[in-house]
Amino acid sequence: MTTIKSPKGLTRRALLARASAAGATIVAGAGFIAAPNAAWAYETAHLDARVFATLVQMARDIYPHDRIPDENYVVAAKGYDNADAAAGITAGIAALDAAAQGKGFGSYLDTGWERDRVDILRGMEDSAFFQQIRGGLVTGLYNQKAVWPIFGYEGESFSQGGYIDRGFDDINWL
Amino acid sequence: MAAPFDLNDDNVVVIIGTGAGGGVLANELAQKGVSVVALEAGGRYLPEDYVNDEWESFGQLAWTDPRTTSGDWRVAKDFSGLPAWIVKAVGGTTTHWAGASLRFQEHEWKAATTYGPVTGANLLDWPIDAAEMAPWYEKAEDKLGVTRTGNRPGLPGSNNYKVFEKGALALGYKEVHTGRMAIQTRDDGERIPCQQTGFCFQGCKWGAKWSSAYTDIPEGEATGNLEVRERAHVARILHNEAGKVTGVEYFDRDGNLQMQRARIVCVAGNSFESPRLLLNSASSMFPDGLANSSGQVGRNYMRHMTGSVYAVFDKPVRMWRGTTMAGIIQDEAKHDPSRGFVGGYELETLSLGIPFMAAFLDPGAWGREFTSALDAYENMAGMWIVGEDMPQETNRVTLNHDVKDQHGLPVANVHFSDHANDIAMRNHAYKQGMAVYEAVGATRVFPTPPYPSTHNLGTNRMSENARDGVVNRWGQTHDIANLFVSDGSQFTTGAAENPTLTIVALAIRQADHIAREMSAGNI
Repeated sequence: MTTIKSPKGLTRRALLARASAAGATIVAGAGFIAAPNAAWAYETAHLDARVFATLVQMARDIYPHDRIPDENYVVAAKGYDNADAAAGITAGIAALDAAAQGKGFGSYLDTGWERDRVDILRGMEDSAFFQQIRGGLVTGLYNQKAVWPIFGYEGESFSQGGYIDRGFDDINWL
Repeated sequence: MAAPFDLNDDNVVVIIGTGAGGGVLANELAQKGVSVVALEAGGRYLPEDYVNDEWESFGQLAWTDPRTTSGDWRVAKDFSGLPAWIVKAVGGTTTHWAGASLRFQEHEWKAATTYGPVTGANLLDWPIDAAEMAPWYEKAEDKLGVTRTGNRPGLPGSNNYKVFEKGALALGYKEVHTGRMAIQTRDDGERIPCQQTGFCFQGCKWGAKWSSAYTDIPEGEATGNLEVRERAHVARILHNEAGKVTGVEYFDRDGNLQMQRARIVCVAGNSFESPRLLLNSASSMFPDGLANSSGQVGRNYMRHMTGSVYAVFDKPVRMWRGTTMAGIIQDEAKHDPSRGFVGGYELETLSLGIPFMAAFLDPGAWGREFTSALDAYENMAGMWIVGEDMPQETNRVTLNHDVKDQHGLPVANVHFSDHANDIAMRNHAYKQGMAVYEAVGATRVFPTPPYPSTHNLGTNRMSENARDGVVNRWGQTHDIANLFVSDGSQFTTGAAENPTLTIVALAIRQADHIAREMSAGNI
């Protein structure tokens, strides 16, 4: 059996063992959400867990990269889980859910196809809330060093002596 | 008297700004024995301080004091508080520049004569020409160590260059090479040769690229004639009843207002801060600002016609590896009105890392059309377009009295709208740039809009006649004999070339003039 290294891991696994729903995220209890595959879990401090889960889905729908795992979108969304931002985010997500209901869905998360969620987002893309989330993601998502290798980007190179001996001119298909 | 100088020493030349203009002028004057106090708004960062990280470096070096924008340029919508990507540090934007060092073409000194009347453009010939500037360009190329000038070899071609070159040659372009770059290529110079690290825009950690921060500034300081005061933000230039400038007021690093007396003041704060300072120095004698009898201070703001073209291929390119801008196509730089516009443009290789590509590829865009482009980042090649834009009186820097900076001073508002000639040229350049990549098998191309400006020009322009501009052929203001402008704001027109080499050449020439006039007792 897998050795359980931390109480938090135990909690997470125990929680997930009870989870039956399949979905992008699992909202379980007050302020706690986790991935179905236990890749990440996050306990919200100021945002309702369902609001946070919706925010993470919204982030992915704005900048969808199928090779980037949810945990990096969670890292970006965490920036809004504070006392100053919580009320605005909660109101924005409520508006997002209302827009989803206007299109016949129970909520934004209760959709299924990305195209339906994108349609909802297109209808509110000029709103301050949408622009706040989109603008924040430009750095909140793409400035995470953890996602750079997914794009092939190698980041800092000075400490390795640059690329003079490491392939600055190694293109071989021209 | 040796540096440091006393606040009451009225024999010093005060230079405001330490970049390509101010930094070079400071050293050149110091070498001639002139006492210089250089006031720099930013701090001092050297190669060991620079970071290979786009946003972290931006936070370290960029000028992010408040500014406002207006006009129909897209920067005003997407980056409304950031009209320019320039630097606030000792060395100014020479820490950030890519190193492209091109002379103006002969006809570009005489744009009004060459192009004839252009509706809506405030074109004017420079009062100087290619023959007059040739010896100063040669001195500038030697100082900067420009490749493909003197006996200096070119840089080797990177992956990004090889794609660019193959496409260019396939289209029939002839003037295609790895550029004239102020980047060391050999082990026999004072600077370490280029290690193909990338991150040229973030400050060269090898010091291979020329920057006044670690060349001219310390050379000037070593003479004992130059004192650089860091984090000294000039608020106002002072003058006497005779209409001569007498010194400057500045906020020191602790925010305390100081006054430095001066024999001569030279303004070199780049094309937003230089006119802003002249306008903020308005007095009862000069109610419209200093040196503004022509009404041209702040006007004719030029930013070069720019844009980028990125392209995705079916195989990897890894454009970020190696020198950022060592690649150029010069065939389109000529003046050929049969293309539907006057003036010309250069195409130069460019790459951004993932963090900046996300911010600048298509600002505001989202969804899969955008993210699928970033997913192909490893297979992407890129180029930058830089061409001559038309000076327009209405494109201008003004004071925004509703917004104050950290010192309580009105900030610069930057108003810019493209001229029809700029748009026609950009569309032509997009088409040619995309054709270059399609000739190598690009599967998708991106005509990318201009970034916040790095080439800021023209807001204190040089003119033969006092009624047409702010400074004369020496960069000396028409109105005040001991007040000079020493940066790119003195450009009469922008030409197609990256401006730094010309700013440096003008600064070397201006130092010669100032020293001569001081010796003659004229100023």
